[in-house]
Amino acid sequence: MIRLLSESWPWYIAGPLIGLFVPALLVAGNKVFGISSNLRHICAAIVPSKVEFFRYDWKDAGLWNLVFLLGVLLGGFAASHIGSQHDIAISSATQATLSHLGLHDLSGIAPREIFSWQALFTVRGLVSIVAGGFLVGFGTAFAGGCTSGHAISGLANVELPSLIAVFGFFSGGLAATYFILPYLL
Amino acid sequence: MRSIPHAFLLIYLFLGIAFGFVLTKSEVVSWFRIQEMFHFQSFRMYGIIGSAIATAALSIALLKRLRIKSASGELISIPRKDLGSGIRYAAGGTIFGLGWALTGACPGPLFALIGDGIPVMTVAVVSALAGTWIYGMLRPILPH
Repeated sequence: MIRLLSESWPWYIAGPLIGLFVPALLVAGNKVFGISSNLRHICAAIVPSKVEFFRYDWKDAGLWNLVFLLGVLLGGFAASHIGSQHDIAISSATQATLSHLGLHDLSGIAPREIFSWQALFTVRGLVSIVAGGFLVGFGTAFAGGCTSGHAISGLANVELPSLIAVFGFFSGGLAATYFILPYLL
Repeated sequence: MRSIPHAFLLIYLFLGIAFGFVLTKSEVVSWFRIQEMFHFQSFRMYGIIGSAIATAALSIALLKRLRIKSASGELISIPRKDLGSGIRYAAGGTIFGLGWALTGACPGPLFALIGDGIPVMTVAVVSALAGTWIYGMLRPILPH
């Protein structure tokens, strides 16, 4: 148990733990686990507008989720300060692939050569962070869910829309990985 | 929808903290792990996603079978998503997938990463909000 704080968690512990948040939220308040709707709630809260998509009672529909999301941020903070911090032990094949793509610093949780204030104003930083973020926001709003809402909750509830969405997730992810990143990095 | 007593909000806060903690310790938030996944160079991420879905599916089936009520007193049920033409799921999903590979993060991890000490991800969050907002504007003319 203590070892879990100093090592990366094996998939058969991480996966079921993640899955348990579905029943946890259902039991807590009949809430469906799904993070991306928070982006909509934040828009509804901070952008006064006549846009139909944002005209609803975001406090009533989403306050629980926004609080949950705040927790996610805090939990990330806690995890990065509790237990030992170590580099991500990706496979040697991936290390080789990433080196070929032009990444030299494979330390940390995300490559500093892309995700740092310095890199933000390089092409790879702008595309990865700004364009990437935009695609996440637009795509999840259009699809009505992300990996939590569709891949986990949706598939667990045996929903065809979510299966289609997950195929989309992987199509897009593979396309970006094989056709964009090699030119970007 | 019923409004939420403040005590319940604390529960969601703690669940969120636990989730952010798990996401980070399991390295699901790592761009490196997402690349490893999309290059099919490790079973790990597929094991995580697959076992998460299996656990959730089993739990949902149990909750429904036992007709469990939530702490808020409601019989647990999950509204089913409307299929429509299916286009929104295929197109929206693909667009999100592009962003997922580029940022190495989906919405939850975007926030966890800020907590994890990568503050530049706030820019990604702002950009994601812009993306959501543009979708809202374009929604009347997009196929669903």
